[in-house]
Amino acid sequence: MDEARVQPAAVDLTAVDAILDRHARAKSALIHILQDVQAELHYLPKQAVEHVSSALGVPFSKAFAVATFYKSFSLEPRGDIVLRICTGTACHIRGAQVLVDEAVETLGVKPGKTTADLKFTVETVNCVGACAMAPVVQAGERYLGNLKPGELGKFIRAAKAPKKGEAGS
Amino acid sequence: MMLIQSGAALEQARSAILQARQGREVEILVCAGTGCLAHGSEQVATAIRAEMERAGLAGNVRFFTKKTGCHGFCEKGPLVVIQPTGTFYVKVKPIDAEAIVARTVLKGEVIEKLTYRDPNSKKRLPSYHDIDFYARQQRLALRNIGRIDPAEIEDAIASGAYTSLGKVLATMTPEQVIAEVERSGLRGRGGGGFPTGRKWRTCRKVPMTPRYIICNSDEGDPGAFMDRSIDEGDPHSVLEGMIIGAYAIEAHQGYIYVREEYPLAIKHLRRAIEQAREAGLLGPNILGSGFAFDLEIARGGGAFVCGESSALMKSVGGEVGEPRAKYVHSVVRGVHDHPTVLNNVETFACIPWIFEHGAEAFAAIGTKKSPGTKVFSLVGKVKNTGLVEVPMGVSLREVIFGVGGGILDDRAFKGVQTGGPSGGCLPASMLDEPVDFDTLTDKGSMMGSGGMIVMDDRTCMVDVARYFLRFLSDESCGKCLPCREGVKQLLHIVEQIGDGNGQPGDIERIEALGDVVARASLCGLGKSAPNPVLSTVRFFRSEYETHIRDHKCPAGVCRKLTTFEISAEKCTGCMVCLRACPADAIVGTKKEAHVIVQDKCTQCGACRTVCKFDAVLTA
Repeated sequence: MDEARVQPAAVDLTAVDAILDRHARAKSALIHILQDVQAELHYLPKQAVEHVSSALGVPFSKAFAVATFYKSFSLEPRGDIVLRICTGTACHIRGAQVLVDEAVETLGVKPGKTTADLKFTVETVNCVGACAMAPVVQAGERYLGNLKPGELGKFIRAAKAPKKGEAGS
Repeated sequence: MMLIQSGAALEQARSAILQARQGREVEILVCAGTGCLAHGSEQVATAIRAEMERAGLAGNVRFFTKKTGCHGFCEKGPLVVIQPTGTFYVKVKPIDAEAIVARTVLKGEVIEKLTYRDPNSKKRLPSYHDIDFYARQQRLALRNIGRIDPAEIEDAIASGAYTSLGKVLATMTPEQVIAEVERSGLRGRGGGGFPTGRKWRTCRKVPMTPRYIICNSDEGDPGAFMDRSIDEGDPHSVLEGMIIGAYAIEAHQGYIYVREEYPLAIKHLRRAIEQAREAGLLGPNILGSGFAFDLEIARGGGAFVCGESSALMKSVGGEVGEPRAKYVHSVVRGVHDHPTVLNNVETFACIPWIFEHGAEAFAAIGTKKSPGTKVFSLVGKVKNTGLVEVPMGVSLREVIFGVGGGILDDRAFKGVQTGGPSGGCLPASMLDEPVDFDTLTDKGSMMGSGGMIVMDDRTCMVDVARYFLRFLSDESCGKCLPCREGVKQLLHIVEQIGDGNGQPGDIERIEALGDVVARASLCGLGKSAPNPVLSTVRFFRSEYETHIRDHKCPAGVCRKLTTFEISAEKCTGCMVCLRACPADAIVGTKKEAHVIVQDKCTQCGACRTVCKFDAVLTA
């Protein structure tokens, strides 16, 4: 992990408590709870992981192990639009690397990283199961399929333009 | 859905649903699988509904519009099918809704420009019965997908869902259920091919309760999406298979372990579970039989190793998904340290079919040792990409050239990768081999969960091996040394070869190290990790040798070994490559041959991908 981004000082733990209650504070629900916390806060702030571990009576080391073992967790804040570039086999042989290069070039951040304005996160993902549309990028909830060289850069530039209400919807 | 309290009541409910639908003449099916949704099928469905309303047809029992699961032909989406004629429209746009309603729905006409054009014969084919992609399939696990609305349990019931469950609960003992599955010869569709009936029997014999049943929908193999499609398009078939399995092993709690990367699958499974509970098909007293069973969804966290049984079960328990040595099998000690049956989505989806049609009917399909059908995700450099279901034992050629229509842009076939990161690449000489569990394993690949990635002459086999090794080195959980360090070293050697730094003896080193990793690793991930690299070494050895000896990549993929040039004769000066080049390395003006500035070129190959005139050459 590179130097962590400055984390927001206060994390709203009431939402975390609600999630804990929804899972009856069961130790076996650790992964589910962390997934829901991440869905709520878009990442796992240290405070939230600490809170979950003490509420469940699970050692912090174990909660941390789970939070770092599974790829879907992020310990750093993520951007409004998460670009998940699929690098599954079908996408790979249809040119996913060109898309990775394009995203890195256009946004100036490496895969796994977030732009300084917290607008975009670039990720690579092993397969989103949309192989028939290879190469594919998941932008928020949207799937961009059959991308040709140049099209992802165009999408990013359009999404960057300060228009309201188009973020990843 | 109201509470159904017996098998007879289920049949009555079905009759009532069918009764209410009498007079329905035309069904407009809009595909709402992940692929078509990405192409905008939601807007198409909305436009068609609005158009129906405008034509005064909304609420008219004769016409019905519904959103279905994946039709499998994702590349051509959004897809619209009009039944009963089977009129098949591809790449439909919202603006086409008016014509579809006015002409096809009301007058039965076919709109030529929306029909599918066969890539080989160039003919327009109006009905999906005429299209090779569908006509050559035998859909058993996918029987309802694309036909029913996966969000409505009534629609599933109308198509026969839960009939087998009713029959099982009313007339069969758990022993008889297991015997029937054994007779069918069903083998696990997740890749291992272990006989399902035997797995159930072993678990049932363990004198420890409670027992658990889990559905493995952690479809981590890149290039495979069979499970996603079944979860999304016909979740009730999975539920029904699981309930029958639970009855057989006397389990009362089950889990469906789904990848978090599949949001729509999770949504549809959740909804299906809720609806099944409401109808009394899950819960304390299923169909009034006294049998109790319920299901929970466990979401995966993006770790490939969690597809391995013992790792998956740890993950269900809320822990880090590291596999354990299986001196004691997970059927004996699985989730929460209790006896557990773990089967794949497609396996469960086959179960209701077996009880509806009989074990003998299932065993009659496919080959003797691999009965039934198998769903493949046919992707890569093939004309018709999508999900296909064929009887076991058909040849690779039939799948790729028959159903798949051949290689994209009519390039040369080079190889096909089956079995994902655990499988291997088979060359053209194997095209006539039958596709079944044992043949593929014999040939050095693997059935796996059913990914089939077709490769043409522009695919570099060293690159393919590098790709899988990178994937596996990234996904290795790190618990055992042979996998953690061995895969890393294999990757190092292959990377050196791809960068032009290969040494004589590298190929032999790969073979020796691969052998150690395969023998000494703890779990299936490590044991099968060398397969992709070893199979490419075996079948495409000369390609490795060219990389090592001549410092050339014949396919023009390995960047450090490739230079791109534009043929002045073939170039038409269309400017397409110039615009596609991310490095601004191409210069030229319209209608004059372009030139690549070698200092700027990053060898990404984008120009070659977009060129329609084969004018970009590699050296």
